[in-house]
Amino acid sequence: MKSFVFPEFKIIRDEEKCGQCRGCERQCAFGTHTYDPVIDRLISDDYKCAGCQRCVIFCPKDALEVRPVPSPYRPNASWSREKLEDLKKQAETGGVILTGCGTDKPFRIYWDHMVLNASQVTNPSIDPLREPMELRTFLGAKPDFMDVKTDNGEVEIETKLGPNLMVETPILFSAMSYGAISYNAFRSLATAACKSKTFFNTGEGGMPKEMRGEFGKCAIVQVASGRFGIDAEYLNCAAAVEIKVGQGAKPGIGGHLPGEKVSAAVAATRMIPMGTDAISPAPHHDIYSIEDLSMLIYALKEATNYEKPVSVKIAAVHNFAAIGSGIVRAGADIIAIDGLRGGTGAAPKVIRDNVGIPIELAISSLDRRLRNEGIRNRASIIAAGGIRCSADVIKSIALGADAVYIGSAALIAMGCNLCQKCYTGKCNWGICTQDPRLSGRLNVDIASQRLSNLIHAWSHEISEMLGGMGINALESLRGNRDHLRGVGLYEWELDVLGIKGAGE
Amino acid sequence: MPRKRRELYNKDICACSIFGAMNQDGERFSGAGVMKAIANMHVRGNGLGGGFAAYGIYPEYKDYYAFHLMFTGNSQEARRSAKQDFDAFLCENFDVIYDEEIPHDDETTVTDPPLIWRYFVSCHQQGEEALLSDEDYVVKKIMWVNTKIENAYVFSSGKNMGCFKGVGYPEEIGEYFMLDRLYRAYTWTVHGRFPTNTQAWWGGAHPFSLLDTTVVHNGEISSYGTNRWYLEMYGYACTLQTDTEVIAYAADLLMRRQNLPIEVVAKILAPPIWNSIDRMNEKEKKLLTALRMVYGPLLMNGPFSIIIGQTGKMIGLTDRIRLRPLTAANRGAMFYLSSEEASIRLISPKLDSVWTPNGGEPVVGELRNMRMVEDEIVRLS
Amino acid sequence: MEKVEIDTTDLATRELNDRLRDLMLAGTKKVVLRNVCGQRYIGTRLYSPEHRKMEIEIFGTPGNDLGALLFDHKITVHGNAQDGVGNTMDAGEIIVEGRAGDVLGFSMRGGRIFVRDSVGYRTALHMKEYEDKRPVLVIGGTSQDFLGEYMAGGIVILLGLGGKCHKGNFMGTGMHGGVIYLRGTVEKNQVGGQVEISPLPEVDREIVEHYVSEFIERFPELSLDKEQILKEEWIRLSPKSKRPYENLYAY
Repeated sequence: MKSFVFPEFKIIRDEEKCGQCRGCERQCAFGTHTYDPVIDRLISDDYKCAGCQRCVIFCPKDALEVRPVPSPYRPNASWSREKLEDLKKQAETGGVILTGCGTDKPFRIYWDHMVLNASQVTNPSIDPLREPMELRTFLGAKPDFMDVKTDNGEVEIETKLGPNLMVETPILFSAMSYGAISYNAFRSLATAACKSKTFFNTGEGGMPKEMRGEFGKCAIVQVASGRFGIDAEYLNCAAAVEIKVGQGAKPGIGGHLPGEKVSAAVAATRMIPMGTDAISPAPHHDIYSIEDLSMLIYALKEATNYEKPVSVKIAAVHNFAAIGSGIVRAGADIIAIDGLRGGTGAAPKVIRDNVGIPIELAISSLDRRLRNEGIRNRASIIAAGGIRCSADVIKSIALGADAVYIGSAALIAMGCNLCQKCYTGKCNWGICTQDPRLSGRLNVDIASQRLSNLIHAWSHEISEMLGGMGINALESLRGNRDHLRGVGLYEWELDVLGIKGAGE
Repeated sequence: MPRKRRELYNKDICACSIFGAMNQDGERFSGAGVMKAIANMHVRGNGLGGGFAAYGIYPEYKDYYAFHLMFTGNSQEARRSAKQDFDAFLCENFDVIYDEEIPHDDETTVTDPPLIWRYFVSCHQQGEEALLSDEDYVVKKIMWVNTKIENAYVFSSGKNMGCFKGVGYPEEIGEYFMLDRLYRAYTWTVHGRFPTNTQAWWGGAHPFSLLDTTVVHNGEISSYGTNRWYLEMYGYACTLQTDTEVIAYAADLLMRRQNLPIEVVAKILAPPIWNSIDRMNEKEKKLLTALRMVYGPLLMNGPFSIIIGQTGKMIGLTDRIRLRPLTAANRGAMFYLSSEEASIRLISPKLDSVWTPNGGEPVVGELRNMRMVEDEIVRLS
Repeated sequence: MEKVEIDTTDLATRELNDRLRDLMLAGTKKVVLRNVCGQRYIGTRLYSPEHRKMEIEIFGTPGNDLGALLFDHKITVHGNAQDGVGNTMDAGEIIVEGRAGDVLGFSMRGGRIFVRDSVGYRTALHMKEYEDKRPVLVIGGTSQDFLGEYMAGGIVILLGLGGKCHKGNFMGTGMHGGVIYLRGTVEKNQVGGQVEISPLPEVDREIVEHYVSEFIERFPELSLDKEQILKEEWIRLSPKSKRPYENLYAY
């Protein structure tokens, strides 16, 4: 069937600069550029271009320009170009439109409508360059009270403390499975996490055996509905175990790894046949109600001898505060919440763009709900879903989160430009692919250095903002909504967030 | 479902002067000395608030809770009406032994004082509340009064002690309540206020108190929102619109309900920096890490120096990087704490020792026993 | 008039400083203040374009900001001082026969301060110097945390007399100029990352000796032996670089 859609990107080659080195041809796995020996020129097929900008950055002569093609259709606010073309594609194929990355739709970004405080006169701001600034955080269940015994001047703790993860900065790497991302990318995340004294999350894909010894102590391993790669050794080598119930990009459905990306190594780690689509079931088939979740949480605690915190990851949807409260009462030590703008390696576009709620509103309502019920101490909250900069991190903490997970941000640090073609397995940056020719391009040393740099830079910016507010320890900002004000928000939004409007 | 209203709480900011004097042999003295001392630090305040806490002032009623009540409102009728509401509530829940208006001198310079009354009561738990201890019962009832009865505020609720406070310079408040003439106490703590919210009100002055714990505070708590959220989970209602409230409630939670000794409480409110903790020996490291982990939301961030008064004790503490001053001194049985040394010298020109405690280290005066706590954890003797 | 005595018992800060200024303008060379108790900014209002100099002796406890912005006068306190002594002091001398409080010598740009006993937090914060205008601070005891924070110039000498250990932390954080001479030792974790600890070099010995002599002269009641003091272990704290935060900011 002839396709009636237009190309999304246009490639402009400066023929005078181009030296026909064929570098672009080698760089692009989508086959966009081909060399025609007869005319000794590179020819580019706009229809194939994903707009990942790899060829542009790596062209030694800066001869290439790739830019989005403006919509050729008559302007129509309701029938946008995307709506028209997706419809046409479905008419052609009868299939579900897949996509990658987080939603690109213009939902209100509440981070950009909240501003922070700074101390003046009545309270000195603190100088992070010269005075101590503490970002250390503990993630896990805390008791309400601590019993101590004083004996002859010595103080002994009597209460038994549950297992907690100690991070030196409140930024963790979000769950991205080996399979969705390449081995090199996965290893880069692990390396950077250990170096920056934080944690990475293995996602649904398990952890290759050779990495467990070195990186297990910085890993949060996931038990998802597909139960890929889970055995007792896997659980015990890690620092924490996370039950994945949902994720922000595709609430209600399970993970999806297209067969193109299930290479031999992925198949070995996940224990499924090579080349088959690894689709996780929508629910955990042993969790049909909250008490089943409690059973699984305790099963995992037993399997790890109660030495590791157990986390539950859910997507932020309507009524999720009640679900969250149930999860905490079911015994979870950490609750990870993933908002509407969370990323993914593959998801049906219609679900990515239409299901879920923004994380900012979610953090606030969950924190308030847990406090109203008096159970906020029993679990730490980790927030995820489109955290783009250190200001977003600090605003999350002020709204009530203990820490954040970054996914898309980490990939961008490694080179990703959000072209949304992750599900094809042809990531030219070597991040979301299993093709060794492509994944070899990602150097683990360099990529992990870039990730550590990112964490370092953001941590320092967080210190500066904290100092500006007159605070020198992160625990004094958690849930401290007094330091936030809303700008350009409706009253109901201010109510849900629990903050005042600027000037109030 | 109705929309939730977000709580538009306002927080007053407090820069000021504090002073405390205690006779560790338990001999009681009048308020004249501390009034002079706080007047010496007059420039630190702006006349919009002052207050005193005094311990040992009601020996003839020492077994009864002494409630000091403030009935505010724009008119006499509003105040009388609030008092009626409160009286009704009080009779249902407590046995009232004796009550009267707190004596005051109308010739002084304070303006527009509310109706201030004191009641000596004992608890009358019944029904479901019969299992509550006297103290928990009193706290519960006070929180109810302060949130539910309009224009009525319980601002002192301990036994054999009382707070006196209002809008005015502290020495003016002292004269209004005739503290130099009518009362003798073994511990006096005083506060002079410089609030930056010009809507000063009588309930907003220091000290803040709950049962017999009183707090006077110089500084601003930048972690107020966090501290408040945490304390509200345990039934404390922060209604008096000033950040100092959270210190009083934290002290009540940690010291009375959880029985933690002051040295541990100081390490919760003003813990050492992680770099120092990591270098300590295993035992101390474990304790301090656990305290920070569990009680992180009670860390008081921001500059503060506070004097906490309790029956038999007076405790001085500053924030962990010592952004506010506090001088401690001894002379015989007298133990002094002050924002400025000069005020101590005014009432006791000779001193046996004078020092500034380190940030985060409490300095404790006790009846018949004095301890000064160093960097090491706890040496009780 | 050569010498005047004032009983400051009922004088507020403003009145006391009014009197001092009048006396200076009348040509008085020395003033003795008795029963001082908390009055502030003593010595601050004594700027004169003709550069008059006066000597002030204080009996009692002066209030905060003693000698703030001091313009080359001499103040002696027979007792303890409070916070802010020598705040942004330009020239002159302050002697404290006792201890001082916090923020001593903040932003000091010249002159000398001698304190017999110990001092509080944030001493010599952002002390400065330029060419031959170099402030000096000599402390007989020890200092609490944040000594020499942001220091950009000047000399601080800590004698640690009476066998006291230097227990202050965060010494010299952000130091980018000036020097601290300490009699005794400190651990590496007590000083900021930008500070270098080295043994007292010979070339600096002369400077230290000079100011130790001056200190001894001013507190004869301590009966100190100069040789004894100098022969103990001394160390020097100095900045590693003029631009300690060069690499922190990008693009």
